[in-house]
Amino acid sequence: MKLNNVIMRTMTQMVFFIIFLFSIHIFLAGHFAPGGGFVGGLLMSCAIVLLLITFDLKTVQNLLPINYMVLTASGLALALLTACISAFAGEAFFTHYFDYFTLPLLGKTELHTAMLFDTGVYLVVVGVTMIIIQSIGGDE
Amino acid sequence: MNSPLLPIIIPFAFAILLMFAPKQLMFQRIGAMIGAILTVGASVWLLQKVATDGIQVVTFGSWPVPYGITMVSDMVSILFVLTSSIITLFAIWYSYRTIGVGREQFFYYPGILLMLVGVNGAFTTGDIFNLFVFFEVLLMASYLLSVLGGEKIQFRESIKYILVNVVSSAFFVITVAMLYSVVGTLNMADIAQKVSEVNQPGILTAIAIMLLVVFGLKAAIFPLFFWLPSSYSGPPLPVLALFGALLTKVGVYAIMRTFTLFFVGDIAFTHTLLLYLSVATIVVGCIGALAVWDVKKIIIYNIVIAVGVILYGIATYNDTGLLGSMFYVVHDMLIKAALFFLVGIIIYITGQTNLKKMGGLMKHYPSLGWLYLIAAFSLAGIPPLSGFIGKMLLVKGGFEAEQTASSIWILLSSLIVLLSVIRIFVYAFWGKEKETTPINRSVYWQLWIPTALLVALTIVYGVGADAVMPYMAKAAETLANPQIYIDAVKGGQ
Repeated sequence: MKLNNVIMRTMTQMVFFIIFLFSIHIFLAGHFAPGGGFVGGLLMSCAIVLLLITFDLKTVQNLLPINYMVLTASGLALALLTACISAFAGEAFFTHYFDYFTLPLLGKTELHTAMLFDTGVYLVVVGVTMIIIQSIGGDE
Repeated sequence: MNSPLLPIIIPFAFAILLMFAPKQLMFQRIGAMIGAILTVGASVWLLQKVATDGIQVVTFGSWPVPYGITMVSDMVSILFVLTSSIITLFAIWYSYRTIGVGREQFFYYPGILLMLVGVNGAFTTGDIFNLFVFFEVLLMASYLLSVLGGEKIQFRESIKYILVNVVSSAFFVITVAMLYSVVGTLNMADIAQKVSEVNQPGILTAIAIMLLVVFGLKAAIFPLFFWLPSSYSGPPLPVLALFGALLTKVGVYAIMRTFTLFFVGDIAFTHTLLLYLSVATIVVGCIGALAVWDVKKIIIYNIVIAVGVILYGIATYNDTGLLGSMFYVVHDMLIKAALFFLVGIIIYITGQTNLKKMGGLMKHYPSLGWLYLIAAFSLAGIPPLSGFIGKMLLVKGGFEAEQTASSIWILLSSLIVLLSVIRIFVYAFWGKEKETTPINRSVYWQLWIPTALLVALTIVYGVGADAVMPYMAKAAETLANPQIYIDAVKGGQ
């Protein structure tokens, strides 16, 4: 039996981007408000899972041709390198640096190397969640 | 400044690198080997640095001491780190011909390197919760290694292994929560200071016993060793050698650290309990080692015996006993790995693990036979070899603590250890030749070389004991005087 779930497909196409933007928002807010790389990453993978539920595994892999193992490894590498920055600078491992910059559009903004570490966490969380779900869901 | 971190960061960086291309066999093998060699090099360098410049401390993020995570490389931890790095190097080498391409292409080497990250981290950390995190790192990697390959026995045994370790990890978190609610800090040096300031009331002794249960489950001491013999019979041999040499010793190290640094206020109770438990551990290990006819299991039960012997030195808690413990633990890690490698070759030649069905290997494999005999004598503690000095100091420490009966039992247990391992020699190498499966001679030699080098290393360790002694003495001094550790960590302020 083949169902035509046109309502779900249409809704997913809209909701996916809302969840995606919300995950980015939560991720960027992490330093001053509840949120951060971990929740952000989980929300992002929730959005991809929603795609997986609506479409099938193949379609989603065509839509987002990402090798999640490489994504996880890059996340780990990014986190490790961020932590090593200070070691190369001759200070204790994991020392973070921050400064205020005036950016176009955003104005005076605080940029912090902890953000790079969080990006690593974000990538690892998305990668690991998707590896788990895809390898359980896929039937090779 | 960041020198204590090198043996942790290097394998971690290589593990990440290897994750990018799991299917490239040569990349995996060479990458893992380079990573292991660099780790050993960094550990040797760090050992020299600790020996000349004293204890190395780094607190993450340049935070002041009790507030950041501190990593401390004193002589005790760096000796453990160096030994585990060397064993991992040999295990990677030994894996080339034994583990199989299927496993090698499925994150086997990243798993090994990440386990080394966890082990080295657990040895180096100066923060009790960070110790928990590194325990989890090494346990996660060991879950992967124990189940990788997907044989039926591996599935069955890793279920048990994971269950036991999840329970003990949960118990670890509960204990850390209790400790934190009493002393209000997680930094080990700070905990030690606070515990001595309040003079270790009853609640802290209770927490000490809870920690003993947690670490005892990891280290397989007497009533908590039940999971070890069956869980360790699952994984393939190089993995088993790594587990046998490293994983239980992490638990031993944690007991060693906590019972010489934090809980020294009520020695009459805690260390006497430890003494009884260690003697009981040796008893059950001896019974097991004599009872089984499976070559792997004989060595596995010898792990349990060794854990008891090392803990005995901590339980006597005098300079001689602690020195003996340090000597014995390094010897035991090396020789256990070597024995598992040797048993692996025997299993490869005969195609089975049942001792009763083997025989007459001496005729075609004399070099293997003599190598095994040296390793067996070394394990039992025959004088020029490495097991002797450690055990002699342990027994001497036992007599100094006026524990005559248990010291004599340690001596007797050496005989049983010798009997259990010499049985393999008698049955597998002597006697009538039994049918063996045809084997590839070049594979045999490629397994023989790393094994022989590891055995040679233990011989050097035993014969060159004079050269090793200053390092060991320094380690024992740190263990005997917690104030040295506390001052080194808190010295900056």
